[in-house]
Amino acid sequence: MDLSYSHEHEAFRAEVRAFCSAHADRAPKSYLGEEARAWQRLLIEHGYAARTVPKQYGGYGAEPDLLKSRIIAEEFLAAGLPMGMSNQGISMLVPTLLELGSEEQKKRWIGPTLRGEVIWCQGYSEPGAGSDLAALTTRATEDGDDFVINGQKIWTSTAAQADMIFCLVRTEPDKPKHEGISYLIFSMKTPGIEVRPLVTMTGRAEFNEVFFSDVRVPKTQIVGQRGQGWLVANATLRHERGMLGDPNQAGTRLHAVIRLMEEEQVDGRRLMDNPVLRDHLLKLQARVLAMEMHGLRLLTAAAKGEDLGLARLIVKLQGCELNHQLAGFANDLLGELGILYGDSPHLRSSGEWQTRFMFDLGLIIGGGTAQIQKNIIAERGLGMPREPKAAG
Amino acid sequence: MEFALTDDQRMMQESVGRTLERVSSLDAVRRGDSAFEALKALAVPGIMIPEEHDGQGLHLLEAALVAEQLGRHVARMPFLGSAVMAPLALRGTSWLEKLARGEIAAGVAISEHAAGARDGAGVALRNGKLEGSTLFVLDFEADVYVVAERNGALYLVSAAAKGLTRTLLPTIDATRSIGKLEFDRVEAEPLNAPPGTLARMIDAGRIVLAADTLGAAERMLEKAVAYSKERKQFDRVIASFQAVKHLCAELAAEIEPARALVWYAAYAFEALPEESRRLAAHAKAHLSEIGPFVARTATEVHGGIGFTDLLGLHYWFKRIGFNRQILGGPERVRDDAARAQGWLGN
Repeated sequence: MDLSYSHEHEAFRAEVRAFCSAHADRAPKSYLGEEARAWQRLLIEHGYAARTVPKQYGGYGAEPDLLKSRIIAEEFLAAGLPMGMSNQGISMLVPTLLELGSEEQKKRWIGPTLRGEVIWCQGYSEPGAGSDLAALTTRATEDGDDFVINGQKIWTSTAAQADMIFCLVRTEPDKPKHEGISYLIFSMKTPGIEVRPLVTMTGRAEFNEVFFSDVRVPKTQIVGQRGQGWLVANATLRHERGMLGDPNQAGTRLHAVIRLMEEEQVDGRRLMDNPVLRDHLLKLQARVLAMEMHGLRLLTAAAKGEDLGLARLIVKLQGCELNHQLAGFANDLLGELGILYGDSPHLRSSGEWQTRFMFDLGLIIGGGTAQIQKNIIAERGLGMPREPKAAG
Repeated sequence: MEFALTDDQRMMQESVGRTLERVSSLDAVRRGDSAFEALKALAVPGIMIPEEHDGQGLHLLEAALVAEQLGRHVARMPFLGSAVMAPLALRGTSWLEKLARGEIAAGVAISEHAAGARDGAGVALRNGKLEGSTLFVLDFEADVYVVAERNGALYLVSAAAKGLTRTLLPTIDATRSIGKLEFDRVEAEPLNAPPGTLARMIDAGRIVLAADTLGAAERMLEKAVAYSKERKQFDRVIASFQAVKHLCAELAAEIEPARALVWYAAYAFEALPEESRRLAAHAKAHLSEIGPFVARTATEVHGGIGFTDLLGLHYWFKRIGFNRQILGGPERVRDDAARAQGWLGN
């Protein structure tokens, strides 16, 4: 155990910190638009985004060093600056193409995706294929040099803004379900695609449904081998699960809760001076600390190329749950103010806590439900057997 | 940046584990055997005592790793008080060598300062002699006691001192020994421990209790998983039922991050002393919350047989329950964490 950083890493931290103070005025207000893209290009140029993506594909080309990646995240957080873009194209498609894409696909798509010039959406889940994703039925039938796609996707975030989609389709309907799937990439402007917003409990349309009617896609736009889409998709799902349980997020959220308790008053008394609320805060603080330290343990192992197995498998479940608990507690701290919404007078933080409490429930369900996570922990982490298949 | 155990630490922990496997089997636990002699051979009593006093000169993190093994094996031996807390008070005295060599054991009588005074307990110095009483004295079967007076000053009292009455307090946990000391003008040696020593003893004790609970909880989960893979109902091993799998997964999901918290608090005891009070309190309180959750759930996975004496699961269940209350229950300990970060207002 030694939580101090080496000279090399401390020097790197100083470099990142200097960058942050020199360029703070160029930070974009929104994560979309030209200002955001300019920021992204600046970060890539300095190696603070797309850090380990090879230069020839538009990245910075640094050797992977998880500690440096962490230092970047810590310093940007401390400076209150937005990190590099983290849309589904960058966090899921790029790693997949790097691992399994053809040379041409890498050259054509990775650079523009990293620079925010091409926005992607993910076409995985279907109304009948959620937790059992491999049961998907969107068909891609061969017709000359093309596939013709028919079917429906759901839970497609950013589908309305997306230029492109990475999509799982069934190309071999006669094969066992895991072996008949292919991973296709195609333009969202292809004729036959219809996007319908899906309004959630937050009142916003964070997701969409996407309908395909005779959508023609050249066969060359397959990633990996035909029929191996399940393996390709699993490469991306691994990246998604890592993303959803980011323990730093809980730390940031805890600080916001602490501020809330120090600033809000009831009957002229700070919330922090209420022993019951304070005790609850402390319980959550211990959980956040545990998850942060757990993250450092995983980081140390990953930097050495070790896989801690069970310890890694619990992150999505615990991380999402903890974030949700923090948001729920913040709503309790707000009390009656916590039921205000929209543009109500007296609303705090633009209703952020209310929205998060609802949206986080979506994160507990999405990317592998909590129940699926528990199956994975039990089966892969604890070696317990799978549920036998039901008869019929 | 290295958040991991060293090879030496891992090897030390494994060798303690192997020894306990032998001397702290369930049968040995039932008989009330002590693991003290066997762990003396591994120099465990002197783990935190400086090398110049015949100890190993190791840190609280190593002590926590030993405690994790003691919890795993529900082992009986004077450790928390005698090997971890007392040496902090006895620095600079000639008692350290004897403690390190395992020739004597030291009890620790500071409960009133950590968990509050019950039944009017409290020790006061009058005319150079100790008077009053103290409860929940740790490692009670000892040759000497480190005693905290009401104002926090520390004294050493011989178990054979005139005017000292010792009463063993039976507890739910058959693997621990605690008791009551009553003082009737008892001769005591003032200890010249540096200011803050009492708080450091409490912090060290809380971290070690958290580590003990961690080990006991890990073992209970392992037992639950192993049992569920053998036990058949409805023609299936019960481990294949999602209801059972999800219980075990929830326990693993609580235990894994808790381990990182315990390591961190133990590391911080020496490396980040200004953070130590808060982290020790958090480790103790958090493990006191998840420990009983693991204990009851792992027992439930075993079904009716887990509730009986046949498998001895209750030794772990009770050890975890004991650890939760000793040196302060979670609410009280969390109050210390609040105080340490200036959240108590006045």
